[in-house]
Amino acid sequence: MAKRPKVEIVETLTLTELCEAGGFRAAWIVELTEHGAIEPAAAADDAPRFSPADAAAAIRAWRLHRDLGVNAAGAALALSLIEERDRLARRLRLLEGVEG
Amino acid sequence: MEYRDYYETLGVERAASPEEIKRAYRKLARENHPDVNDDPAATERFKAVGEAYEVLKDPERRAAYDRLGAGRRTGEPFEPPPDWDGGYAFADGGFHHVDPAEMSDFFETLFGRRTGGGFAGGFGGGPGGFEAARRHARLEIDLADAYAGARRRAALRAPELGPEGGVVFRERVYDVEIPKGVAAGDHVRVRDDAGEILFEIAFRAHPVFAVEGRDIRMELPVTPWEAALGGTVRAPTPGGPVDLKIPPGARSGQSLRLKGKGLPGRPPGDLYAALRIVAPPAETAEGRALYERMAREMPFDPRAGMEA
Repeated sequence: MAKRPKVEIVETLTLTELCEAGGFRAAWIVELTEHGAIEPAAAADDAPRFSPADAAAAIRAWRLHRDLGVNAAGAALALSLIEERDRLARRLRLLEGVEG
Repeated sequence: MEYRDYYETLGVERAASPEEIKRAYRKLARENHPDVNDDPAATERFKAVGEAYEVLKDPERRAAYDRLGAGRRTGEPFEPPPDWDGGYAFADGGFHHVDPAEMSDFFETLFGRRTGGGFAGGFGGGPGGFEAARRHARLEIDLADAYAGARRRAALRAPELGPEGGVVFRERVYDVEIPKGVAAGDHVRVRDDAGEILFEIAFRAHPVFAVEGRDIRMELPVTPWEAALGGTVRAPTPGGPVDLKIPPGARSGQSLRLKGKGLPGRPPGDLYAALRIVAPPAETAEGRALYERMAREMPFDPRAGMEA
């Protein structure tokens, strides 16, 4: 049965919200930050806040760790390679799309 | 219910060693993981190999599975033997490589209910139970939805406490309002009486437009005379067709920027149109004559300067 819930765009997530969304502990975020995979911004109250891009990266990295056994360093590397590969694949699709 | 040949799923012989089985699983899991491979067929394969490994990695489960006999093929109709229930006490209570919500009927019937454990996660057995992970899901929308806003239905299977106290998976359908100007990676929080779900927005691949952040990239085919002489052409954009001014002397690969025609927002993204000059085919006598005249009157060597 469909519901009509209240909807809002989330600008940034707090550490707690991110950990709950991804199903991991804060230690994982600390590790990713130490590897430079994400860069939390400090808000007015000094608590870290995470952009949508960083939140998505943290959650994806966690799934790679959980399912494939990569550590934080490996997950960070994998994510940046996957992003570059996807970017190239998009360009390729674009360039191959039109008959010359 | 249909039989599943787990050895075939992993691509190993029935007599494969535990090491061979583990290696085969890890390789296939890596190749088909949804975060690595966005092909939906790969996601199905990922679930299938997880299920196969869940059974074959455990000596007791594997022995029980082998006792069902060989010679059957995946997809064949199958009934569990009458004495199945009385058989084995599966010592390892938890599932580690599968999500209990996503298992096949075959697995559910033979290996499912007797274990009470939850989904502990793959390799490390990470912290955080399955409940928390279910509050986040990906929502795929069309590019047009981001321009105009839309209402999309998303179904989510989430674990809940069942009537007998055990964990059951219930599917909830959410009507999600996609706000105008949402970008890939944005999260949309949906609240209802049952709690809160965070949806991550992702765009479905579009044949013409590529999305990069808030910018849209596309290839714009033009005729040789439109490029050489310049002019105004009508170009499609996700927000509707626009008139584009081609500067005279435009070259293939040159990118024209349409400021503010990317994804709506504050500030809106830009649209980049990469020109691609397309020569018309010489299908008629007149067409061929025109080409021959160009060859005579426009000496031009595009290969000048190329050394072997």
